[in-house]
Amino acid sequence: MNALSVRGLTKTYQNGVQALKGIDLAVEQGDFFALLGPNGAGKTTLIGIVTSLVRKSGGEASIFGYDIDRQLEAAKSCIGVVPQEINFNLFETPLTIVVNQAGFYGIPRRVARERAEKYLKQLQLWDRRNHASRGLSGGMKRRLMIARALMHEPRLLILDEPTAGVDIEIRRSMWEFLREINQRGTTIILTTHYLEEAETLCRNIAIIDGGRIIERDRMSNLLRRLHTETFVLTLSRPLREAPALPPYPVKLVDENTLEVEVSKEENLNDLFARLTSLDIEVLSLRNKVNRLEEIFMRLVEKGAAA
Amino acid sequence: MSTVLEKAATQPEPLSMTQVRRIGFQTIVIREFHRIVRIWSQTILPSGVTATLYFLIFGTVIGSRIGPMDGISYMMYIAPGLIMQAVINNSYTNVVSSFFGAKFGKHIEELLVSPLPSWIIVSGYVAGGVVRGAMVGLLVSAVALFFTHLPVEHPVIVVGAAVLTSVTFALGGFLNAMFAKNFDQISIIPTFLLTPLTYLGGVFYSISRLPGWARHLSLIDPILYMVNAFRFGFLGESDVPVLYAFAIMIVAIAGLFTAAVVLMTRSSGLRE
Repeated sequence: MNALSVRGLTKTYQNGVQALKGIDLAVEQGDFFALLGPNGAGKTTLIGIVTSLVRKSGGEASIFGYDIDRQLEAAKSCIGVVPQEINFNLFETPLTIVVNQAGFYGIPRRVARERAEKYLKQLQLWDRRNHASRGLSGGMKRRLMIARALMHEPRLLILDEPTAGVDIEIRRSMWEFLREINQRGTTIILTTHYLEEAETLCRNIAIIDGGRIIERDRMSNLLRRLHTETFVLTLSRPLREAPALPPYPVKLVDENTLEVEVSKEENLNDLFARLTSLDIEVLSLRNKVNRLEEIFMRLVEKGAAA
Repeated sequence: MSTVLEKAATQPEPLSMTQVRRIGFQTIVIREFHRIVRIWSQTILPSGVTATLYFLIFGTVIGSRIGPMDGISYMMYIAPGLIMQAVINNSYTNVVSSFFGAKFGKHIEELLVSPLPSWIIVSGYVAGGVVRGAMVGLLVSAVALFFTHLPVEHPVIVVGAAVLTSVTFALGGFLNAMFAKNFDQISIIPTFLLTPLTYLGGVFYSISRLPGWARHLSLIDPILYMVNAFRFGFLGESDVPVLYAFAIMIVAIAGLFTAAVVLMTRSSGLRE
């Protein structure tokens, strides 16, 4: 069964902006799914329609087989959503916010309190449970929205840029937490601008641009499509000009930094052998950009050109 | 992957919708109650202070010069009206400010994404307004007892009139909040409609003392019927038939509730 199934979904806002132009998308139960796209691509509109915060103009959508037109209450019971913007009452405490949210999904108060303790502890908010939530840091507010979305233990968790503005340490602990949630059986749909995040966490991916899905594949298949990678080499001794290293295109960034493009058919041993023969000593090596970022940029640029 | 899918398949089915609705409704009411208590200096206290001033000025200072109204001491005569005035204002204000605040702060989305149907959300907010109306009504009643004896001739009518009036104005507050686009728009109706109608609704006088045209004009004020029904419950005196008052309130509640649920379902101003 699909956790999410969307057919021919369209949305035109009152100001005439056509945000979705016929989206077809299916997300399998148990998947960790990335929905990527540039700003204004239609990601948040799509999520808004699925969570009933935005009215669709046309098409169909169902959650675990529950049609959002005919079985909206059942469909909504299956979803937990972490929105992009803070949308809890800043005058309430984290404990009150999460316990009340569970109540809106029919969870008895006693059970809600037990779950509140579990999730607020897991997301490192338990110590702040009785403080007004307006005093929480940006990262804490995001974690509070995750805890709130989990209170009714949804089968589908939708996260719209959950780690935006969160420092790297907390972001990584959130990744670990989300992985555990997914391994326990919750389907997760994630939108993010941190492509490293999508590459690390997600098994399947869709790229949306201009209101259309322009790519839908397994993450591993998509990454395999990358034919070349650019490596940045830090050199021990300065160079005056870029050395000739055929067949590798080379660019001297500064006197101690070299960029080398390596295609999938070539290997790094050969590159290092050539560098050694020219008496060039490499201190360190790194990818110029994240692999997914490179594919993403190519697809979006291709879409824009078309 | 298959292990993940197996685990996912064993997750429990959604709870029964009856349970979701019952607990959801209770949660909205509990949240409203906590809000009322959390900001008690804004929600409860002002009506107690205002009522004390009314009793001091209109009851003790001016009332002693006015003399009895329909054979009842002036202080005792105005007490039910002042209680009802507090119930009306607080029921309305609670819903309009709480719901508009949720709209403004976007935390209304917590309810919009939940499986609760519109009529439960409307009922929950209205019940919150009734809770505040009851709390403030009891406080003003307690203040009244410092100044006058207050008999209760028909307790069922007292409770019935108070609850139905409170529901009516809580629904009014909900509709106001649905339409309001800014904070100014949630204060226009209480200031320019509710307050004049309440003052002209027989809180401080019997309409039998008014000239003919004014008496007839007063009869189109719905608050007159509510105040008089409530006063009848306490003192056994009313300027209008009590049955009319209950009929007006029931019809108003049916109309306002339908409008509120339709607007909430359409989510005017809430969903894009």
